[in-house]
Amino acid sequence: MAAVCPACVAMPDIEDIDTGPSLQFSVPTIHCAACIGKIERGLRGVAGVQSARVNMSLKRLTVKGPVDPAKIESKLTDLGFEVYPLDLEALNSARDMIGRSLLMRMAVAGFAMMNVMLLSVAVWSGATDATRDLFHLISAAIALPVVGYSGQPFFQNAWAALRVRRLNMDVPISLAILLAAGMSLFETLNGGSHAYFDAALSLTFFLLIGRYMDHRTRSAARSAAKELTALEVFNAQRVVGRDIQTVPVADLCVGDILSVPTGARVAVDGVLLSPAALMDRSFLTGESATMDVVQNAQLQAGEINVGAALTMQATAVGEDTSLRRMAQMVETAENGRNSYTALADRAAQIYAPAVHLLALLAFVGWALATGDVRHALNVAIAVLIITCPCALGLAVPAVSTAAISRLFAMGYLVKHATALERLAEVTRIVFDKTGTLSEPCIDVPTEMNPEARAVAKALAQTSNHPMSRLLVAALGDTKAAIVEGITETAGQGVSGKWQGQTVRLGRGVWLGASFVGLGLKIGTADAQTFDATEAPRKGATAAVEMLTLPAEIVTGDAERPAQAFAASLGLPVTANVRADEKLQRLQAMSEQSDKVLMVGDGLNDTAALAAAHASMAPASALDASRSASDIVILTESFAELPLVLKIAKLGSRLSKQNFAIAAVYNCIAIPIALAGLATPLAAALAMSASSITVLLNSQRIRYVS
Amino acid sequence: MNVLVVLIPVSLLLGCIGLLAFIWTVQSDQYDDDQGNASRILLDD
Repeated sequence: MAAVCPACVAMPDIEDIDTGPSLQFSVPTIHCAACIGKIERGLRGVAGVQSARVNMSLKRLTVKGPVDPAKIESKLTDLGFEVYPLDLEALNSARDMIGRSLLMRMAVAGFAMMNVMLLSVAVWSGATDATRDLFHLISAAIALPVVGYSGQPFFQNAWAALRVRRLNMDVPISLAILLAAGMSLFETLNGGSHAYFDAALSLTFFLLIGRYMDHRTRSAARSAAKELTALEVFNAQRVVGRDIQTVPVADLCVGDILSVPTGARVAVDGVLLSPAALMDRSFLTGESATMDVVQNAQLQAGEINVGAALTMQATAVGEDTSLRRMAQMVETAENGRNSYTALADRAAQIYAPAVHLLALLAFVGWALATGDVRHALNVAIAVLIITCPCALGLAVPAVSTAAISRLFAMGYLVKHATALERLAEVTRIVFDKTGTLSEPCIDVPTEMNPEARAVAKALAQTSNHPMSRLLVAALGDTKAAIVEGITETAGQGVSGKWQGQTVRLGRGVWLGASFVGLGLKIGTADAQTFDATEAPRKGATAAVEMLTLPAEIVTGDAERPAQAFAASLGLPVTANVRADEKLQRLQAMSEQSDKVLMVGDGLNDTAALAAAHASMAPASALDASRSASDIVILTESFAELPLVLKIAKLGSRLSKQNFAIAAVYNCIAIPIALAGLATPLAAALAMSASSITVLLNSQRIRYVS
Repeated sequence: MNVLVVLIPVSLLLGCIGLLAFIWTVQSDQYDDDQGNASRILLDD
C-alpha cells in the first residue's frame, strides 16, 4: 500500500494508538500506595505510554500504548522495582470468568435473601391467613428463580459426585436447598403456616460467600504460578549456515546445530561441538562446582552454560530428552498424592449419610406415629435444613482461604488444594542443599588491599556473568576504582587499564595462574584468587534453628562441600545421592510412617518433591520442580518457614474446631427438629449463628505469630 | 393493610435498583484489585 499524502502516512499510527497493544509486567515488589503512585507517575513521562495501571492484588502492571517494552523495563529498574515482562498468551485471558459468575450469583442470592427475610419477619411477628399466604407467595416468586440461578454451582458439583456414586458436601447442601424450596412451595399453595424460603436463600448466600472467597485466593495463587511459567524461556538459538534463528524448543529436530549463549540453559540433549565449555549442572545433579567439559561431551537439557558461548548438536529432542523422562518419573510419583482425601470430603462422607438417615427415620417415625404424611415430611425436611450444612460447608474453606491469603502475603504460594492439610501432618523435613538451603557466594580474601578491591569491583560491575555479579555483591559498598577501556572476553574474563597498568579479572587459566577459579591480576603482579563457596540462603540459619521437627540434608553434591555446609547449619547430611536414590530414600521414610516435607529446587529433586507428603520449591527452581511442589516460595528468605508450618498446623486445628462448633449446634437443633418443634425462625437463627461463629473462628489464623 | 400494595412493590423496586447497581460494578471490573483500590485513596493525584 503506497501512501499518497502525508495524512495517510500518519493514519496507521493513529489506529495503532487507538487499539494500543497492552503490555503486562510482573512487578513483585509492589506493596503500598506509594509504589502505585511512583510507578504510574513515572511511566506517564515515557513516550508512547497512554495509560499505565498497577494491579496491586496481582502485583502486575498493564501498560497501554505503542511503546518499547525495554524502555518500560529500564524506567522501572531506575525507579527501584524488579520487573519481568509477561507473555500475554501464557497468561491467556486476564479475566476471571468463574469468579465473576460466582460473584454475580452471590449478589443475586443476597438481594433475594434480604427481601424474603423482610417478608418473613412479618410472618414471624404474627401475620396470619390471607396476609401470610400473600407474603409466602411473593417470597416464592422471588426465591424459586433465584435458587435455580444461584444454586447451580452446588447442584453441578453434587450431580458430578452422585454420577460416580460418591457423596460430597454438596449433596446434602443441594438436597437441603431443593427440598426446602419445594416443600415451602407446596405449603404456600396449600395455605400452610411454615415456609422455609428464607432458609433456602440464606443457605445459598452464605455458602456462595465461602465459594467465592475460596476461588478468589486460589485464582490469585494460580495467576502467580502462571506468571512464573511465563518467565520461563521456551526458545532456542538454531544455527542455520551463518545465521542464528530463534525458534521454539518444540520445533527443534535431532541433528540441529544450536548456539547456547553465556548464562543460557541448554534446551535439549546433545553433544558439544565447541572445543571446550564450562557447565553448571547444579540443577540436574546438585553438584555445586562447575564442570569443565571438552568437545564431544554429552550435554543434558537443563544444564547452564557459564563459560563462553558454545555450539552443540541436538541428539534427543522433545519426549526423549532426559528432562522429559524425569517429568514422567514425577507423574508416576504424583499418583500417590492424588489419593489423599481432603478433610472436608472425609467429614462429608460421615455427615451426609448420617443426616439423610436421620431425616428418613424422622419421616418414617412421624408417619407411623401420627399417620400424617405431610407433617412427617415437614419434620424430615426441617431436620435436613436445621443440621447446619452451612457451617459444615464453610468449616474448611473459611480457614484455608484465610490461611492461603496470609501465606500469599508472606510470599508463599500455595498451589495445591490439600497442601495445607498435608503440611500440617508433616513429621520430618528433608532439604536439598544446592540452590535451596545454600546459595553460591564468593569469598574476598581478607588480606586483599583496598585498591585491589576497588579495581575488582570496577571490572566486575561491567560484566553480566553470574560470577561477576556475585563478586559485586561480596564486595558490598567498596567504592569502584576508575578503570578505562574495559573489554570482556566471553567466557574468560574482563580486562582494562588502571593507572597505566593492565588489570584483568577472570578465569585462572586466562590470567596465566595455577588456580582454576576466579582471579584478579594487576599489572605484572601475581594473580590473586577469589574462592567460590556457598553461603546459607538468607534466613536459612534462623529457620533451621527454629524448626521443632527433625530435619536433614540430602544432596547430590560431593562429600566435602556437603559436610562443610551441613556443619555450619548443624544438620545431618547425606552426600552423593542421585535423583532416583533421593526418591527411594523418601519412600523408605514414608514406609517407616514418617510424613516428609521435601524442600528442593533441582531437577534431581523433582521426583522426591512429587513423592513427598508435602513439598516446597523456591521460585528460582526449575519449572518441573515448581510444578511438582505444593508450595512455591516467592521470597528470597527462608526465615518464615517455621511460621508457615505453624499456620498449617493451626489451620487444620481450626477446621476441626469448626466441625466441632457445627456439631454442638446440631446437638441442640436436631432434637428440636425431631420433636417437630422447629420453625422457620429457629432454622434461620441456627443457620446464621453457626455460620457466623465458624467464619469468626477461622479469622483467628490471621493473628498467629 | 392496603398500604402493603404500595410498599411491597416499592421495597422490591429499591432492592432491584441496588442489584442492578451491583451488577454494573461487576461488569466494569471494579472488584479486580481490591488491595490496590484500598491504597489508591491515599494517593494525592
